[in-house]
This record gives sequence, structure tokens and C-alpha cells, in this order.
Amino acid sequence: MLRIQIITIAVNILFIWYIARLIVKGKLREEYAIVWIMCTVFLVVFSFWTDGLELLRKLTGVVVAANLVFTGFIFAILVYLLHLSVVASKLYNDNKKLAQEIALLKEEFKKHLEEKK
Amino acid sequence: MPGKVLIVIPCYNEEASLPKLLPELLSAALPNGYQLEALIVNDCSKDNTSAVAKKHKATVIDLPVNLGIGGAVQTGILYARENDFDMAIQLDGDGQHPPKELPKLINHHLESGANIVIGSRFLEKEGFQSSFVRRLGINYFHWVNRLMTGTRVYDSTSGFRLFDRKAIALASGYYPDEYPEPESLVIFSKAGLKIAEVPVIMAERQGGQSSIRSFGSLYYCFKVSLAMFFSFIRKP
Repeated sequence: MLRIQIITIAVNILFIWYIARLIVKGKLREEYAIVWIMCTVFLVVFSFWTDGLELLRKLTGVVVAANLVFTGFIFAILVYLLHLSVVASKLYNDNKKLAQEIALLKEEFKKHLEEKK
Repeated sequence: MPGKVLIVIPCYNEEASLPKLLPELLSAALPNGYQLEALIVNDCSKDNTSAVAKKHKATVIDLPVNLGIGGAVQTGILYARENDFDMAIQLDGDGQHPPKELPKLINHHLESGANIVIGSRFLEKEGFQSSFVRRLGINYFHWVNRLMTGTRVYDSTSGFRLFDRKAIALASGYYPDEYPEPESLVIFSKAGLKIAEVPVIMAERQGGQSSIRSFGSLYYCFKVSLAMFFSFIRKP
């Protein structure tokens, strides 16, 4: 086994362990963890299966394997970023609705209290 | 003094099935003179669910933002805790769970003292049995749950379940959001609650759509397995 393989696998194990800790502590929701776990699985597969990258390079017709890795990862990261932006937008909208609802309720509540007096 | 039972009905676009379900529910006779209150948790429906439910004399909570099934059920559980109910029973709004089966759950709870009673369509293979693929999935969760907790729950995805005071207190604190049924079993078992199953006869849904369809089902299995695993290793 090559030194780089050992390093990649060790880093992956650390990464998985950290993700698991985040979920257990309730700081990361499982649906977001799925992406990270899949990334790790992908990296582990290619750290064991060294010919795989070469095979993918030939299949796609890319000249330098490293370029394939960079292009692939940058694209994946962009897609995920877009997804996170969508999530953030939804959270913003929900938050706005909640704030408005609470403000209206407060107003209604005040009116009720004054009527009681 | 007779006890109080809250029927929690999480609803998303169920205006079609409520007019049949609610009168049936409100006229259901419960054992030991238990008082029944029907609570519709309207999870931001796009149809007239809320108005239809109010017309049929149910208590209605309109959620200001869509929380998903778990969040809706937990809202009902919180209502049960705040208003000092003895039990809360989750019943789906689509007519799959006939109200006439309610006494079976309550009686079983009273006899066995189980904290969670699940209405199961598989113990006595009667009534609507779901499709083959779904049964495969349900069986898979049965085994995952059995391996992790040692308890046997055959209808692990059934949303027809009774929570007693202890279970209400626990679920008020944490209840999973998406696809909560199989995962919550792990949480309840780990907290030392007693889970029991009773045979009930279910119907096919009367309207609306299932929240789990085709492409989503693989994701569903994967996500729920992951969630069950993390609930399993989490310290109670």
C-alpha cells in the first residue's frame, strides 16, 4: 500500500468520526450528513482502487487525471452550494413568517388584555 | 374523574378525507369513559383542511410554516403535555386508521402498561396490507430495529400509535422530523420505555398522497437507517 493511500484513508476515518460526533451531539442533521458520508465513501473507494481514476480518465477522454478530479469536485461543490443557498432562502422565508406571526399574536394579545380591563 | 385522550391528526392537504374521518372519530366510544379530543395539526396545507376541520368541531392548530410529519406530530404531543392529557394517540388524516380501532390501543395500554402501543396491520393479516415493496421496506426496518434494540415491532412504520404520559414527556423533548416512525422506536427503546403492538385493521388511504413515493423510497431507507444508527449510538 502506498503512503498516500494510508494518509487518505486515515484522513477519511477522522472525517467520518467527526461527522458522527456532530450528528450525535445534534449539531448536524442526518440529511446533510448524507452528502458528506457519500463524499468520504467516494474517496475511500478511490484510495483503495488506484486504477479507477485512470479508467475514469480514459472513459471521459480527459488528458490529465488530476484535471478530472478538480473539475468533478468543483462541480459537485457548486451544486451543493446552490442547494445550501436554497435551504438558506427557505429558512429566511420561514423565519420571516414566524416573526410576523408572533408580532401579530402579540398585538392581538395586547388588545385582549386591554378589553379585559 | 375520567382520563383524557388526545387524538393527534397530522394533516397536509386532507380536506377530502376529514369529513368522513372526524364524525366517526368524535362519535367513537372509548373504554373506561375516557374523554376524547380531536386535534388537527394543519401543516400548512394548500387546501381547505383547516376550515373543514373547524366545521367538524375539531381543535385545529395551524402551523405557520411547514414542519413535516414529525414536527406536526410533536406539536400535538406538546399540546397533550401542556393540557395534561393522559394519552395521546397519533392517527393519520388520510383515513388509513379507522377510529373504531382506538379502543384496542387504549385497552392494551391499560392492561399491559406499555408506554407506546402501536397499531399493527401485520400481526393478524387482515385488512389493507400495503404493496409488496413497502412490506419489504417495513420488514427491513423491523430487523434494523430488532438488531439495535432487541425489541420486535413488526409494523415499524405504522403511524397509528399511542403515547402515554412518559412517552409524551420524552417525545416533547425530541422527536425526529422526517419519517419519524422507525427512528422514534430506537429512541423510545433506549429510554427504557415499553413498546407493544396490537393487531388492527387498516384501510387504504381515502385521499391525498403518501409522503413516500418511488424515487424517494431509496433515500428514505438510507436516511432512516442512518438516523436509526445515530439514535442508537447516541447516549440517552
